[in-house]
Amino acid sequence: MGAPLIGASVQRKEDYRFLTGAGQYTDDVTLANQSHAAFVRSPHAHAKILKISSEKAKKSPGVVAVFTGDDLAAAKVGGLPCGWLITDVNGQPMKEPPHPCLAQGKARYVGDHVAVVIADTLQQARDAAELVEVDYEVLPAVADAVKALAKGAPQLHDIAPGNCCYVWALGDKGAVDAAFAKAAHVTKLDFINNRLIPNAMEPRAAIGQYSRADESYTLYVSNQNPHVERLLMTAFVLGLPEHKVRVVAGDVGGGFGSKIYLYAEDVVVTWAAKQVNRPVKWTADRSESYLSDAHGRDHHTVAELAMDKDGKFLALRVKTTANMGAYLSTFASAIPTILYATLLAGQYTTPVIHVEVTAVFTNTAPVDAYRGAGRPEATYVVERLVETAAREMKIDPAELRRKNFIRQFPYQTPVALLYDIGNYDATLDAAVKMADVSGFASRKKASEAKGRLRGLGYACYIEACGIAPSAVAGSLGARAGLFEAGEVRVHPTGSVTVFTGSHSHGQGHETTFAQVVADRLGMPIENVDIVHGDTSKILFGMGTYGSRSIAVGGTAIVKALDKVIAKGKKIAAHLLEAAEADVVYDKGVYKVAGTDKQKMFGEVAFAAYVPHNYPHDKLEPGLNENAFYDPSNFTFPAGSYVCEVEVDKETGRVTIEKWVAVDDFGKIINPMIVAGQVHGGIAQGIGQALTEACHYDASGQLVTGSFMDYCIPRADDLPNFEVDTRETPCTHNPLGVKGCGEAGAIGAPAALMNAITDALGVKDMPMPATPLAVWTAMKNRKAA
Amino acid sequence: MAVKVSLKVNGKAVSAEVEERTLLVTVIRENLRLTGTHVGCDTAQCGACTVSMNGKAIKSCSILAMQAEGADIMTIEGVAKPDGTLHPMQAAFKEHHGLQCGFCTPGMVINAIDFAKSHPNPSELEIRDALEGNLCRCTGYHNIVKAIGAGARAMAGR
Repeated sequence: MGAPLIGASVQRKEDYRFLTGAGQYTDDVTLANQSHAAFVRSPHAHAKILKISSEKAKKSPGVVAVFTGDDLAAAKVGGLPCGWLITDVNGQPMKEPPHPCLAQGKARYVGDHVAVVIADTLQQARDAAELVEVDYEVLPAVADAVKALAKGAPQLHDIAPGNCCYVWALGDKGAVDAAFAKAAHVTKLDFINNRLIPNAMEPRAAIGQYSRADESYTLYVSNQNPHVERLLMTAFVLGLPEHKVRVVAGDVGGGFGSKIYLYAEDVVVTWAAKQVNRPVKWTADRSESYLSDAHGRDHHTVAELAMDKDGKFLALRVKTTANMGAYLSTFASAIPTILYATLLAGQYTTPVIHVEVTAVFTNTAPVDAYRGAGRPEATYVVERLVETAAREMKIDPAELRRKNFIRQFPYQTPVALLYDIGNYDATLDAAVKMADVSGFASRKKASEAKGRLRGLGYACYIEACGIAPSAVAGSLGARAGLFEAGEVRVHPTGSVTVFTGSHSHGQGHETTFAQVVADRLGMPIENVDIVHGDTSKILFGMGTYGSRSIAVGGTAIVKALDKVIAKGKKIAAHLLEAAEADVVYDKGVYKVAGTDKQKMFGEVAFAAYVPHNYPHDKLEPGLNENAFYDPSNFTFPAGSYVCEVEVDKETGRVTIEKWVAVDDFGKIINPMIVAGQVHGGIAQGIGQALTEACHYDASGQLVTGSFMDYCIPRADDLPNFEVDTRETPCTHNPLGVKGCGEAGAIGAPAALMNAITDALGVKDMPMPATPLAVWTAMKNRKAA
Repeated sequence: MAVKVSLKVNGKAVSAEVEERTLLVTVIRENLRLTGTHVGCDTAQCGACTVSMNGKAIKSCSILAMQAEGADIMTIEGVAKPDGTLHPMQAAFKEHHGLQCGFCTPGMVINAIDFAKSHPNPSELEIRDALEGNLCRCTGYHNIVKAIGAGARAMAGR
């Protein structure tokens, strides 16, 4: 064995296929005799469906079938379920309106699925979809969550009066009110966390296939959690036996949360495949992605921080209105509650916190988890407040943070979480040094000499990752477990295939997980392959989201590896005629302690499959173990970001001059991959703060429906990133890992907006800080 | 009406019967089953469909197959050597972790190779400018920029 594999920047095993065009994304799959689906979508944000005439479409060349909501209802196809039940402040369950896969009676957002046309070719399906005539009675629509709560607002669902899904609260309101009453200073902000459209580069796609021979279905789908997709679809929507459905999520071109969910198209192509007795393929074009992928964020929040005269935090009060869109997507209800409110302590000792969240239905696409999912919104609240408080109290923003850092662990927050470990001084101190904060004043002067404004901003974020302890999630309303599964299959000649319920769609699990396996077994990484994304191969899995893969999925693999090693020890003891207790495993070799007797791992594996000399009385042949792992706590990655910007006074254009990120992800397996995750996360966070704004007009039309109107960052919008890590190993998993996938998107928006408001000398301004928004803020400030 | 389109793809003469409205990317993906060329948008913005046509990087979603009649096309499948050895630009992407989900990667690599021919030692600014037509949602471009710089220098033998 060469250098240690844990902590090594091993180049990725998956790269060769992606670099040579050999990846197999869902749209790259072509099945014999496949047909193509095109969806008829509502052009109206809110409309009664009076009549659908599909006669012309059915006669169009190549058309195989046209289905509407009535067909699905007649076939008893259920609606899409929500996986998380929130109980409101009155102890009542949230309002869960039906979420039909094809609209029934009413369309509730632009892009809502109204009918599907299936034809021999994609062009024939699209041509015929144009011929489906839908009589709509257009209704007034509302896209803004605050407006949807107002009296007289258009009503979306009969079962949700006032468009309210739930009002939910966490924390001790009385204690918070009392603390505010004696505060020396209160900082208050009223802001919007802008709605975002995820935009994974690979659009969603799904191919349904049915076999009459054994009454089985296969769904190829661009998805982050194939087992969850199968469970939801079979148990809640189609009522199919789970063992008759295989879900394959092969190569997936990015997800960022948007491919966690069970979507209407996935159900429709699966169901329709049996009806037409042919495979049915659908691939979103980008316009459909904009309209119908689950969006992210969209909060309106009023937040107040109470402090004593020295800047010690006394209490935090937060009131948030969260837009759910027209229907509840798979995890929608959990995002602005469980994954948001519980993070509002941040890195600080704020003793009491109260948060109230009102979730609202509007005539917009469903809103669900998008990279960070609740945690970016929480960090934005806390870190914008803290920075603003520092300016108001004329305390250095880094100092104010240090004054309030949590330093004793484990730490029980007033919002339900128990932080196991962290060192917030370490990341902040490192970031301050790397960013040369002490030289900022002279750089600011230099900028001023050029007629430009310069600002500096911090964000010290925390996130809860590695979800979850299933029992905790269950007590909070989760309708699913949140463990992970792994299987280690040792082949007779000693190489290893590992099956994981985690899913990789850019994160590089095939490499990182292989490093873990090869390190633990003491074998070359070339002898290890990682398999994911196919319910027919993997025993079970909850999939990849919430930065949970290495902490939960990786640990499940470690548990299975330890079982393999333990069984191998028994076999080795037999082969070596030694007591099992005397056998130790060291870097691929079973040794009898204190002797020179040993067996290589490969020899033991061979004996397990060619058991001529084998302890049959004690052991089964074979070397194949699996494990399920349900963590005892969340993990708590945290870090400090420092951002420095320049603003052009003439144009309002912001340029990022410096970006420093120091993260604590616990133990790191592959620093190269981790840095890449941080870069990508920061880029999406910068996108939120600088360029990305999902905008619906007053009638509910999406006016930012393409890459030309909705600006995801391009290469020349972004700087180089200086990233580093500090390490406090997680205390409750064997690898000491915490997860790194979302950190950048969580910490970046607050750091950037803190820098921009510093440069402009304004208390607040809305995201995204486009040149127009910045220019307007400067103009208003002059006028004031 | 179906029309016949004949072209050279990755050094091989090929032809396909297609409708007039068929895009070049559709012929590449559907008729020739070369699925390394991807479709990431419908507004010619993302660059995932970039191929080399007569030595120049173009977006294959923005040209009809008929317009490519007789052209010499190289897709991502034709970039590595026949023995499987990666092109220096592909190798640089791997070395510098310039890809994550891999979906934008073929277009990035093809565009980068074309760019590198005229920029043997590009600056960071030049590279970022050259990526105006290629979107990536995973990497934040940081490592793509590094990869293209290194790939260009490797191509120039520096």
